[in-house]
Amino acid sequence: MDGAHDMGGVAGFGPIGMEPNEPVFHSEWERRAFALTLAMARPGGWTIDMARFARENRPPQDYLSKSYYEIWLAGLEQLMAERGLVSADEIAAGRPLQPAKPVPVLRADDVAAMLQRGAPTLREAKRPARFAIGARVRAKAVETAGHTRLPRYVRGHLGVIWCVHGRHVFADANARGVEDPQWLYTVSFDGSELWGAAAEPDTKISVEAWESYLEPAA
Amino acid sequence: MSNSEHAHSHDHSELSATELRVRALETILVEKGYVDPKALDLLIETYETKVGPRNGARVVARAWSDPAYHARLMENATAAVAELGYQGRQGEHLVAVENTATLHNMVVCTLCSCYPWPVLGLPPVWYKSAPYRSRAVKEPRAVLREFGVTLPAHSEVRVWDSTAEIRYLVLPLRPAGTEGWSEERLAELVTRDSMIGTGLAKAPAELL
Repeated sequence: MDGAHDMGGVAGFGPIGMEPNEPVFHSEWERRAFALTLAMARPGGWTIDMARFARENRPPQDYLSKSYYEIWLAGLEQLMAERGLVSADEIAAGRPLQPAKPVPVLRADDVAAMLQRGAPTLREAKRPARFAIGARVRAKAVETAGHTRLPRYVRGHLGVIWCVHGRHVFADANARGVEDPQWLYTVSFDGSELWGAAAEPDTKISVEAWESYLEPAA
Repeated sequence: MSNSEHAHSHDHSELSATELRVRALETILVEKGYVDPKALDLLIETYETKVGPRNGARVVARAWSDPAYHARLMENATAAVAELGYQGRQGEHLVAVENTATLHNMVVCTLCSCYPWPVLGLPPVWYKSAPYRSRAVKEPRAVLREFGVTLPAHSEVRVWDSTAEIRYLVLPLRPAGTEGWSEERLAELVTRDSMIGTGLAKAPAELL
């Protein structure tokens, strides 16, 4: 989905606001929103790409007006509502109104193991990669209504295969609950290919791209 | 109304709608038995006190000191970083990219906030912000100047946009004048920003 989250190259956002000695969290509610989001992935059972889509799939003015953890919170509420775990009327009431569903829960004893395990996306390769290092490829100029990790600023542009990472869970499918693993590549683009005369000299920009994002180029 | 009650209700009126909403949400989730409050506290404590850029600094200092470790890090960063005990969530597939006298690497996630948690912790606000995400891929040298980094004119800039589950750690240039330093001392030169690529490692003179 081509939303406001796809920010590469968009003009007008202004200077970068650094904060010296920045704390990890800026308020207590950010701490809680962060922890609730991580903990609810167990009972919720959603994938990282489902969570990303819940955050990014909103009107641009809504996405751009929310702070980072406000977006996390909105995404979390949506994921829970979709699964019948917590409804909007319960949040409005500030207490449970419907019975709890039987779901697995992340216990304190299991936090360290859960974080250490993570969620690796590498899967067994069942056929050879289509592209080799050095191959010239073009990022497809496609739009998708669902989740995608092919940013707008590279679509239609020529790049070179820089690295072959193996066969990884495909984000677009993973957002629908299907792994559909594909070969994953780092594709490197010259700045001038992406930005024309506006490019800075001697810059290369790379993205990770699944095989179906790419087509061979002469 | 007593003074203390008044102060109490005044405090509540200053809570933002978001603060109240998060409190309500946590109450509901705990009462429904979906979350373990102790697990929440542990998650926060982990990322506030245990997992942060000091982890990455140890990795960099080791790579500067030990050629065999450096080779392993460049070959398979996930395994090399795990040797020091750092692994897992948002660092399942790590790649190290090395700065040289003529090449500078910089990492961004234009689509969200992907960042190598096991080695750098949670990302700073600017890394997740629209200005950095929009500009890093188009005008990295201008972005670097805002961070106070001016590169030699002949150096190439490589920007790595983390659009899948590969996470990047920049291996900064080892500062001059650090020959014979211990890993512990070298690690003090390694800043968070130098491992994102928006900064350089400190010079010895910058250490207090």
